[in-house]
Amino acid sequence: MPAASNTPASNSRAVLLSALAAGTLFGFGLALSTMVQPEVILQFLLLNNMGLLLVLGGAAGTTAIAYALLPRLMQRPVFAPDFKKHASVLNAPTLIGAAIFGIGWGLSGVCPGPAIAGLGVGNWPLFLSVAGLLLGAWLHGRFVAKA
Amino acid sequence: MHSIAQWFPQGWRHFLFGGICIGLGVSLLFALTGFIGGISSTYSAAWSWLTTYPYFHREALVSKRGWLMMYALGLIAGAIVFTFTLGHGHAFITRVPLWQLFAGGILAGFGARMSGGCTSGHGICGVASHQLPSILAVIIFLTTAILTAHLVRALGGF
Repeated sequence: MPAASNTPASNSRAVLLSALAAGTLFGFGLALSTMVQPEVILQFLLLNNMGLLLVLGGAAGTTAIAYALLPRLMQRPVFAPDFKKHASVLNAPTLIGAAIFGIGWGLSGVCPGPAIAGLGVGNWPLFLSVAGLLLGAWLHGRFVAKA
Repeated sequence: MHSIAQWFPQGWRHFLFGGICIGLGVSLLFALTGFIGGISSTYSAAWSWLTTYPYFHREALVSKRGWLMMYALGLIAGAIVFTFTLGHGHAFITRVPLWQLFAGGILAGFGARMSGGCTSGHGICGVASHQLPSILAVIIFLTTAILTAHLVRALGGF
């Protein structure tokens, strides 16, 4: 029996392949920028190497151009009906969660994207980070978030 | 006067070009599917296959779990492509202690989900769409991360 879904567009083959292609560019960039090396992240956080600011700036700058221009240049995304918006909320969980996230990031030098991409450069100890991230997401969903 | 180069002891090009490459990935996702390409919700969406707890089966997670898993698969594929092209086949294996990788992961996973974003969701997508809560989140997590890294180093950690 096929999985029931109210939003077939978000699971079409074209959309899934698009996500794979986009993720591949993302992962290549994470490896090229050495963000898959926790040592480099920690050197930034210890204020010895400002490279991470170029990564974040390059990525956010490029994305800002796309987010601003694409909805004006295209009626709709190639394989979907509409452009989504990033909706972050100004409330206590957003800010407290960010503080906790930073503590974990500063302890490990690993954040959610590089933990996965790092496996592609053979950085096998990051399996433990992936396991930790999964456990953290479970603790949040099970005990903190409203079901 | 200090030289700018001292802030980039390992050079700057690979950081900037890598960052642009990450941005192009997020932009490609947006152009083709309209989706916002943050990563941290992937970790919650994965649980929709593994537990029956209601939170992990909310529409907002289940409807995107398919493409999120492909996006995550792409992250690994892209890093493999790098390894066998510009990376000359060299693996990189971290020397950060395993307990730090695991404990840091738990805190980062919990905090990112509570906050509704991480370095990609808030740092790239939120900042790129000028979201004030995301910009505040970035300032806060950079601050706590810098403090934590200094504290861990001072206490004899990695």
